Amino acid sequence: MKQLVIPDVSLGAVGPEIVLVVTAILLLLLEVFTARKEKGYLAYTALGGVLLASAMTANMNGYTEMNFSGMYVVDNFASFFKLVCLLGTGMTILVSVTYTINEGISNGEYYALLLFATSGMFFMISGSDMVTIFMGLEVMSISLYALAGYTRNREKSNEAALKYFVLGALASAFLLYGIALIYGATGSTKLAIIGDSLRTGIANYHLIIIGAALLVVGFGFKISAVPFHMWAPDVYQGAPAPVTAFMSSGPKAATFAAFLRVFNEALPSMQADWWQIFWILSVMTMTVGNIMALRQTDVKRMLAYSSIAHAGYILMGFTTGDWFGVSAILFYMLVYTFMNIGVFAVVTIVARKNEEKTTFEDYTGLGYKHPIIGVTLVVLLFSLIGIPPTAGFVGKFYIFMSALQQGYVWLVIIAVVNSVISVFYYLRLTIVMYMTEETTEALPSLSLSPSLVTALIISIYGSLWLGVMPSSYITFAQAASLIP
Amino acid sequence: MESIPLLSILIFTPVIGMLSLIFVDNKNKNLIRSLAFGISAINFLVSLLLLTNFKTTHEMQFVEKHLWIKDFGVYYSLGVDGISLFLVLLTTLTAAICFASTWKAITKHVKEFMISMLMLEAGMIGTFCALDFFLFYIFWEVMLIPMYFIIGIWGGQRRIYAAVKFFLYTMIGSVLMLVAIIWMYFHYNELTGEYSLDILSYHGLPIDPAIQIWLFLAFFLAFAIKVPMFPFHTWLPDAHVEAPTAGSVILAGILLKMGTYGFLRFSLPIFPEATIASINWISVLAIIGIVYGALVAMVQSDIKKLVAYSSVSHLGFVVLGIFALNTQAIEGGLLQMINHGLSTGALFLIVGVLYERRHTRLISEYGGIAAKMPIFAVIFMVVTLSSIGLPGLNGFVGEFLILLGVWESNKLFAILASTGVVWAAIYMLWMYQRVMFGKVTNPKNMDLQDLNLREISYFAPLLILIFVLGIFPTPVIKMMEPSVVHLIDQVGIENRKPLVTVIKEPDKKSNSNYKKLISANNKNIITSRSEKLTKVLNHVYSNSNRKKNSPQ
Repeated sequence: MKQLVIPDVSLGAVGPEIVLVVTAILLLLLEVFTARKEKGYLAYTALGGVLLASAMTANMNGYTEMNFSGMYVVDNFASFFKLVCLLGTGMTILVSVTYTINEGISNGEYYALLLFATSGMFFMISGSDMVTIFMGLEVMSISLYALAGYTRNREKSNEAALKYFVLGALASAFLLYGIALIYGATGSTKLAIIGDSLRTGIANYHLIIIGAALLVVGFGFKISAVPFHMWAPDVYQGAPAPVTAFMSSGPKAATFAAFLRVFNEALPSMQADWWQIFWILSVMTMTVGNIMALRQTDVKRMLAYSSIAHAGYILMGFTTGDWFGVSAILFYMLVYTFMNIGVFAVVTIVARKNEEKTTFEDYTGLGYKHPIIGVTLVVLLFSLIGIPPTAGFVGKFYIFMSALQQGYVWLVIIAVVNSVISVFYYLRLTIVMYMTEETTEALPSLSLSPSLVTALIISIYGSLWLGVMPSSYITFAQAASLIP
Repeated sequence: MESIPLLSILIFTPVIGMLSLIFVDNKNKNLIRSLAFGISAINFLVSLLLLTNFKTTHEMQFVEKHLWIKDFGVYYSLGVDGISLFLVLLTTLTAAICFASTWKAITKHVKEFMISMLMLEAGMIGTFCALDFFLFYIFWEVMLIPMYFIIGIWGGQRRIYAAVKFFLYTMIGSVLMLVAIIWMYFHYNELTGEYSLDILSYHGLPIDPAIQIWLFLAFFLAFAIKVPMFPFHTWLPDAHVEAPTAGSVILAGILLKMGTYGFLRFSLPIFPEATIASINWISVLAIIGIVYGALVAMVQSDIKKLVAYSSVSHLGFVVLGIFALNTQAIEGGLLQMINHGLSTGALFLIVGVLYERRHTRLISEYGGIAAKMPIFAVIFMVVTLSSIGLPGLNGFVGEFLILLGVWESNKLFAILASTGVVWAAIYMLWMYQRVMFGKVTNPKNMDLQDLNLREISYFAPLLILIFVLGIFPTPVIKMMEPSVVHLIDQVGIENRKPLVTVIKEPDKKSNSNYKKLISANNKNIITSRSEKLTKVLNHVYSNSNRKKNSPQ
């Protein structure tokens, strides 16, 4: 009789995940026993969980372990991405506090969903098996579908949730199909084994190619790469502003992490084939994103396209297939999280009760009425454009460097021309904030809660400090690059 | 003197001023103005220490070098030589004058304006001092932000259009330069095995001429837009007309010099072969700029636009001089950069004085002002003559040296360019005549006030320099000369010593080999990686060289 083998289980390796899930369940319980008016502390409970998880993750830095019979891996790469996701979640919670109270959705479930989504991201980031990655992706996505529709009285929010769900389910099906085909070709879902069988040439090459293409579709959907980006503008616009901030940071980072891990660990021997796919994907994504963003009249929609364009820049790092490109992606993701959540924090501040004010006109005179918010937004926008001395510049510089090192001169030229195009729509916000005549309808005074101020300070810190003194973060990113 | 980081002090004094202004109450406008002026005046006085401590060699002086981003090999490194010294001084002087000139002109959002101006000053000084590509690029781009806001917030009717156009034009040039910089960074690494962005170590770097021309063009575009050379000049009239006076003065006085400075610091010494190959077409563009700028200036009805187009013409001279590639012409070009900064800066201040009083810049609105404003008339006349290039005033020396040098290298170019001097006399004097002479026809001009003490005192240093540089230019030229001679040595191909033994770039095949080798051998830390890269590269190169040499 075959002996039953109990796999090694190291709970230490999944410590942060356990903390997140336990905190989320705790929030659900507390929700039941808390009176409606006293729910303010729930956000801080969630924040506490995030901080604890961050401390545990940071503690794991420099430590590599394969666990759960090779289904789950903890390494520097994973720790870096997890910290980026936690940063995104933590800042989202800070941004959400006032908003959720104003909207009357300050419930434990909201924060619990954020934490569940984060735990899903963790499983994607650390998954060294296609199945783990898929599970993580689904946990994350389903939480996000619910969050997108969280302001259930608002029509747009419902529409966003439905669209996101239908298209997301389709993308998941593609991903699953891809996994199945690769399993069929190699007989395994473990990344390392797939990689080995490709190297030794046992695998059915055609099946692998189709499988890899389907994986690109599935992951491409989540990172909103063109042509799989259709959902992004509608969902970004319809979802509550803090949720949009969340969607544009953590989930994207986690998908990039899984994307990188799958292609660099399972399919590295096909790099000669897939760099072209990423080259095309990257060019299409940044160009379409930037050009579409030009014509938007809604700030959230504009930011959705801007986020698509940034995914295009990040995809440039994929084409290289070397450690330098991966570390550039890591650094960019960190910078992007800082600056993008900051921008959405401002959007959340400007968006008022019941009706989100998100057209460009709503920002008229913001720079004079609220100088601090104005300057913050300007710094963040210049960081998004990539003007020094902001972090956005160093991030772009790093990505461009990694692509040029491999000789992709045209890719980089297209990318810099794209950054010039992006100037148009980012500057439009500064124009309405500072340069147009103040309209008769004065901007109402906006309230700044301490939590929002904290979020803004963090994002300004990230957007400037990483631009002026990026050295230690770059070293950190390079130590975390997946490929040795 | 060695131990004091003079250049960092010059750069960061405005930054500190900027940060301290944030905490001043918005309503206390005079305090804000005096603080900003005080800071820039102190900065100017400090910058005079550069002049007194400058040693006449071509070496970089007041050098500061600190490791900044170790993974990219980026240093915080500053220094000035004979080329940049006077531009730094011009910057600190112009900035101080601008702060003095805005006392009455800017009344809205004073604090924001002063903060922008100080940020601009820091960026400009930094650009002239930076000796590391990364640092240079940061300062180069940082200037865009305050200038964009200065035009866009305090500008005229079409300010938004002008501001965005300015931003886009400048940015499209500089991003391509960024690509070229990164390309060279890896090229440098292939040749030497080190990662460095030190500008001086790129001087004389062997680059295949076929690629050099592309890199040269990328840099050229960035600088030509900034200068601006024909046909990239269209942003300039818009920006000048819309910008407030102080913005125009900075724009004409300093920002335009960034382009010509870039030619001298980067294009010539880094891409000598491409420079020599491009002399003719660049000179032709410069001459078109001289004549076209002058002709368009002649038909302007707006004084400010006239001065803006005259800048296109004057900077055509500077570029022509630089690309004549001999000592006189380049020295003349450098001197003309200073002269143009002084005289065109003064011209924009003059336009500002008129505009503050009458809120119009149309020539037809004026006439007979000389009678009403005698002091102003004298100052205006001197500045006009300096701009034309009257002997005895500064403009003459620069233009004369340029034409002398150009004559040596190409007589036809010199003849064509000298017509520009004639055109300049026509459009400037004609404008002066229409504005200042005759009878006062427009009743609104009847009770114009002459210059007050504040206005006279900010014109005074400019006028003194116009005379001093016109009569005693020799000390200045002497201080420039070693750097200019050194620069010409670097361009002269026969004098160039290759930095390392010249090796051909790896061809496609060996390139992909080394990619594989690199990815096979990588370690996390760049330093160990670069050692390996060198080994790998040496191996690859020695193979390819052997193959190449074997048939002979």
